[in-house]
Amino acid sequence: MNDSPAIEAIGLTKVYGSGNTEVVAMRNASMTVQRGEVVALLGPSGSGKSTFLAAVGLINPPTSGRVSIGGQSILDGPRALTSLPAFRRQHVGFVFQKSNLIPFLNARENVQIALELNHSSSRVARQRALKLLDELGVADQSENLPSMLSGGQQQRVAIARALANQPSILLADEPTAALDSQRGRQVMELFAQIAHEHGTGVVVVTHDQRALHVFNTIYSMEDGILSRQTQAVTT
Amino acid sequence: MNLALKDIRHNLGRFTLTGVGVGMLLMIVMGMGGIYRGIVEDATLLIDRIGADLWVVQHDTRGPFAEVSRVPASLVHRARAVPGVMNAREFVYHTIQRERDGKPFRMSVLGLSWPDDKGDWVPLIAGRPLAQNHFETIVDESLGVRLDERLTFGKETYRVVGITRNMISSGGDGIAFFTVADAESIQFDSSGEAVRLEQAARKNRAEQSDIGTKQPTLVEQASKPSYELPAIARPQISAVIVQVAPGSSVEQVATTLSGWSDVSVHTRVGQTELLLKGSVDKARRQIGLFRVLLTIIAAVIMALILYTLTLDKLHTIALLKLIGAPNMVVLGLILQQALVLGGVGFGIAYFLGQQLFPLFPRRVIVTNEDLWQLAGIVLAISIASSLLGIWKALRVQPSEALS
Repeated sequence: MNDSPAIEAIGLTKVYGSGNTEVVAMRNASMTVQRGEVVALLGPSGSGKSTFLAAVGLINPPTSGRVSIGGQSILDGPRALTSLPAFRRQHVGFVFQKSNLIPFLNARENVQIALELNHSSSRVARQRALKLLDELGVADQSENLPSMLSGGQQQRVAIARALANQPSILLADEPTAALDSQRGRQVMELFAQIAHEHGTGVVVVTHDQRALHVFNTIYSMEDGILSRQTQAVTT
Repeated sequence: MNLALKDIRHNLGRFTLTGVGVGMLLMIVMGMGGIYRGIVEDATLLIDRIGADLWVVQHDTRGPFAEVSRVPASLVHRARAVPGVMNAREFVYHTIQRERDGKPFRMSVLGLSWPDDKGDWVPLIAGRPLAQNHFETIVDESLGVRLDERLTFGKETYRVVGITRNMISSGGDGIAFFTVADAESIQFDSSGEAVRLEQAARKNRAEQSDIGTKQPTLVEQASKPSYELPAIARPQISAVIVQVAPGSSVEQVATTLSGWSDVSVHTRVGQTELLLKGSVDKARRQIGLFRVLLTIIAAVIMALILYTLTLDKLHTIALLKLIGAPNMVVLGLILQQALVLGGVGFGIAYFLGQQLFPLFPRRVIVTNEDLWQLAGIVLAISIASSLLGIWKALRVQPSEALS
């Protein structure tokens, strides 16, 4: 997996329904994300960004096209070439617009559960969860439930969870939408830092034009068609 | 990390209330079984305590507990003469309903064959057995009568000399023990006017008959109290209870007694079976069916509760799947909650039952065997009721976490 791209998506097409009700949500979309690269995906609502993210995140396989992660072929059209839950657990991290934390687990446990699902012992998982929360500056909130955290703190916990198993790729769907501009910028910069420090390929769906400077590459999507726009300047 | 317990702890109030609801439902299931046990126990207790080997009853009847049986009091002497009989006693048993403090006062009257039987076998919680042939009684505590209290039946007053516990008839009425003579007095009590009318009617019949005209002394005799008239038999008794001498065969004695065409003979086991298959059987089947229905209802309610709890967690389940949780984790989450709910419900049912069952008018007997059986049923319905929730949870797609 070492030198191969973090993500290689080739010719992804997603069709919902059939006949008169057929809708093409994504058409022949291709993207390559190198390790340590931070990619922005722009586009209006309903353009197919989330569909693309769901496909490369192995949540909702495409109708056709291929997805490889870390050099390993995972999807060939709708056909999974390996166990998707297990692969997702080990290699894919997700961050959403809303923090999407499990409401009955505290901040530490929300991170710890991702590790325990990946067969880490409870003690090791606990230590790593606390370390990640410390790195993300929310260690003091580790025993608090999500309902007791601010939006920014919740998003940081969610990022810690996404990073828990040192994934090959990190997929973020409008992660700053619920945050103020300062916290939004901090989160975006955090993604860039993670990508550079861990060699993780990061794809961020965003509308936030103010934070585009952190991205290496920008893609845009419109009517299901993905196109590479320009090279951003990393700060 | 145990997700089921974490979720329960987070929703403790809601889960506790649900557990109490399930527990109360299970308590009723438990109580139904206990009521049935109580009926059987009450029905057979007396037969067991009396300890007779054979019951000699009116021909073609099933004994005093199943139906009315009348045999002459002299039958006891005939029974005593049979080889192998160690002891034969009169047995009188009937149920009366009077009024006490403006409320119905219902009890079963059992006659003890004084002086052979003074009620020494009756388990007393206060007082003593009978010490004289008349005007004393031992009563079950369920009748609400105090020691040394006086009870008036007909023209006589009886002193409560002993209090017993759990001596209940198959109909659920508390039993009061009298001597046979007193039990008969209570049963055949007539008012003074009725006695006078009967004497006058007897005299009138004698006067109008040929024999009365030819023998005027007979007319004179007819006016006397009935117990002074040799032509009028003593009041009949319900049965004669027989104890067979050690070393003698119960079957052989029973065969001998059965040869008398005016009586029927039942063994202790036979009498118990007749009782259980007779009056108790319908109650048993009714309660049994009700219990089955309640069990099904409990399972349906638990299934709906668990399904609702699962619906509330669909987003969390989708999220768990998204971060790679295998189906077994999700299945375990719901199944463990179902088992905890069943366990908590069972515990609450047991606790509430212990507090409430003694307040029931009839005995509710919950045996260890019944508890284990119910625990098995709760386990089964917990698993069964979680299936709907599991089915729903397994259909949740990870992509639903994105919505």
